[in-house]
Amino acid sequence: MDIANIQGYAYVFALAFLVIVLYAYIYHLYKNRKNADGTDYEEYSNMALHDDLSDTPVADRYDVKKK
Amino acid sequence: MENRPLEYDYTVAKWFMWSTIILGIVGMSVGVFIAFELAFPSLNTVLGEGLSEYTAFGRLRPLHTDAVAFGFTVSGIFATWYYVGQRVLKVSMAESKFLMTLGKLHFILYILGVAAAVITLLMGYTTSKEYAEFEWPVDIAIVVVWVMWGVSIFGLIGIRREKSLYISVWYYIATFLGVAMLYLFNNMEIPTYFASGGHGDIMHSVSAYAGTNDALVQWWYGHNAVAFVFTVPIIAMIYYFLPKESGQAIYSYKLSLLSFWGLMFVYLWAGGHHLLFSTVPDWVQTMGSVFSIVLILPSWGSAINMLLTLKGEWQQVASSPLVKFLLLASTFYMFSTLEGPVQAVKSVNAIAHFTDWIPGHVHDGTLGWVGFMIIASIFHMAPRIYKREIYSKSLMTAQFWTQTLGIVFYFTSMWIAGITQGMMWRAHDEYGNLAYSFMDTVAVIHPYMILRGIGGTLFLIGVFMWAYNIYKTMSARPVEESELHSATPMGA
Repeated sequence: MDIANIQGYAYVFALAFLVIVLYAYIYHLYKNRKNADGTDYEEYSNMALHDDLSDTPVADRYDVKKK
Repeated sequence: MENRPLEYDYTVAKWFMWSTIILGIVGMSVGVFIAFELAFPSLNTVLGEGLSEYTAFGRLRPLHTDAVAFGFTVSGIFATWYYVGQRVLKVSMAESKFLMTLGKLHFILYILGVAAAVITLLMGYTTSKEYAEFEWPVDIAIVVVWVMWGVSIFGLIGIRREKSLYISVWYYIATFLGVAMLYLFNNMEIPTYFASGGHGDIMHSVSAYAGTNDALVQWWYGHNAVAFVFTVPIIAMIYYFLPKESGQAIYSYKLSLLSFWGLMFVYLWAGGHHLLFSTVPDWVQTMGSVFSIVLILPSWGSAINMLLTLKGEWQQVASSPLVKFLLLASTFYMFSTLEGPVQAVKSVNAIAHFTDWIPGHVHDGTLGWVGFMIIASIFHMAPRIYKREIYSKSLMTAQFWTQTLGIVFYFTSMWIAGITQGMMWRAHDEYGNLAYSFMDTVAVIHPYMILRGIGGTLFLIGVFMWAYNIYKTMSARPVEESELHSATPMGA
């Protein structure tokens, strides 16, 4: 197999791989919300909207949840 | 005193806010001067023959680009970081003596670095690499300043209360890491004085790379300096200031995450478009073109996300000049991230390269997107830093329209001049003889050079209006904390 063929196959596989990664990430973002203890990423907007020192954090770093 | 509630400490943000304004005035004044110098070369001796060395285009052009990129813009990035960082991480700099001292030291060393850069550039010390002109001692100072900022970022993240990092923080981190990597690799240089055992000028250095390799590294750096100074940190600003000012949640936070990773992956491969039709391998040129086109997707992902954040709240665009700045910044971002990829297409580049269309493109990005976004950010921050309303809403509105008109003058004149140049350089008769000399093109584009200078002047007048408005805000009507929650209070 010459170099042009190898480049061709590498191109196709890289393209397929990156498309899968992209859609897997989108799937992950949506699926995470549906899990019982998952994250709704849309709530993260509140980090900017409620950003006074006295506001409750969206997720408190020091709040250890009991299992 | 002991029982006073904890507050955010904006001392360092305030200092950087003022360096943003002052360096903006310096950099843009130089820009306006050299714009007119191109139209009227006699300006070269405006201060007399003896000082013409310091007013020459070649001496002042790097001072303009570096002052607006590394002075105005980088100061704006630092100012907003020291403001936004505390707020979205819900931690005050007053809680850490170390971070407070480091922040202040960061500012002082930054100003010393800026002074060294300005003086050495005016003295004529340059590596001759675009946007990387600083000689090696200044480079070392810049690395120290940058590392201090990195410690500030990660130090603040280390003591945060908010568990997750807001999207803007991701963009600030990417700015820090991206510029660190680019700056270090492109500025690998050998000081010739030491390498030669004491010969020549101590300031002089040569690049560690040679020929085509040097060009490749330079434009990998040059294009990504646009990415990590003019794009990534400015997106960090809009993702905070637009939702906050309008009181609206980001239209799709998930889209902001997807666009972030898309931008990070794609941007780094696009630099090859600066070297189309040059000696670099053909596949590198093609890759640069292709990745530039793909870059439209993550760029528009962020920009559309911002426009949609105003969904149902479009009356704010009419009523608030601050929202006008934010909206137009986002629109100019869409505009220039479409124009750039179009210029990166090989057949278009064959006409556009080396013409005035390129600075036209750069300026609708830097004036419309970067400039407006930094101006808007400081208009939002200043009332919260001083706990006062903005001095004058009508002055702000007048500034918006003056500057918008200035930008339109700038890019339309450069479009016409650039495409005219490109077409005239290519024109030939049936025997292949060039139809026009270089001077023919200069004569034709002269009116557009003047229009460009007028456009720049209008933008600069707006910058003075901005500076005056912020200066007067320091003594404007005091406001309660509750008035500062979302829309910025403004005086008549």
